[in-house]
Amino acid sequence: MKHLLILLICLLPAFSYAGEAKDLAEDPVLEKRMIGLAENLRCLVCQNESLASSRSELANDLRREIREQMKKGMTDQEIIDYLVSRYGDFVLFDPPMKSYTLLLWYGPFALLLIGLAGLVFQLRKRKNTLPESQLSAEQAQRAAALLNPPKDSQT
Amino acid sequence: MMRYIWPFVAFVVLAGFLYVGLGLNPHEVPSPLINKPAPAFTLPQLHDPAKQFVSQDMNGKVWLLNVWASWCVSCREEHPVLMALARQNIVPIYGLDYKDNRKDGEAWLRNGGDPYTVIASDTEGRIGIDYGVYGVPETYVIDKQGVIRYKQIGAVTHESLQEKILPLVAELQAK
Repeated sequence: MKHLLILLICLLPAFSYAGEAKDLAEDPVLEKRMIGLAENLRCLVCQNESLASSRSELANDLRREIREQMKKGMTDQEIIDYLVSRYGDFVLFDPPMKSYTLLLWYGPFALLLIGLAGLVFQLRKRKNTLPESQLSAEQAQRAAALLNPPKDSQT
Repeated sequence: MMRYIWPFVAFVVLAGFLYVGLGLNPHEVPSPLINKPAPAFTLPQLHDPAKQFVSQDMNGKVWLLNVWASWCVSCREEHPVLMALARQNIVPIYGLDYKDNRKDGEAWLRNGGDPYTVIASDTEGRIGIDYGVYGVPETYVIDKQGVIRYKQIGAVTHESLQEKILPLVAELQAK
């Protein structure tokens, strides 16, 4: 009896899943195209989730909208343009290159250049301040003796 | 002395960016529809579904379009403000009952009062998508030419009315 109950409980998820697959069963090709598009679009309710993965009501409605527009024969770009005209560039996970996104796109490179320039500047300054060592003839001889000891002195 | 200045300047700049950035509300996404014609729509009226609300009929008037729903929590907070505004008769408030069923919507208005001149019911949420609605309540100020001039995201408060909406309405009405 107990085992049967456990088995039944284990089977429960199979029933709950049936409702979710309905849209997929209707037209798998269209659904795949819709998901592909929606993966690159932001859900505005749960902002770090994509329209494809979000469970929110709005995401549901927007997926329906995308599906319908695809059925009408609109291209992916036309659908994206429609959504951007409604919700702004914020729906795009990949921000477009525009005058006000220049800092976003090139800011990191600018910072890198500033860092490199700073490094070069520092190294040059350091080189100038390090005392140039001038060895006297005697010192040079001692250094040479230390660096290249005669073979027989090792014993 | 100078060697300590630059890290300090960098710190101040970073702190400045963070101070401004962390103060922003990520849920306030500026609408691209500002200064664009309000999307036209025709929807059944909430109180009398046999009658239609046609948005183009509003041309020549400055009006507010308030998107609300009976399931929306912030709408409760906003409702008394709208009621007070409606009593002042400055600007007509039109409602868009968003993704709601008629019974719930009407029951909600019976409880809290009805500040709306007419309510259109958008049960499927399609007009909401046209208007870029992503979180109710949202309120649009639409001018005589049918152009959206302002969008309030979230509840209308006494402050937002006094500071933004009413001065804008007065300016648009004078045109």
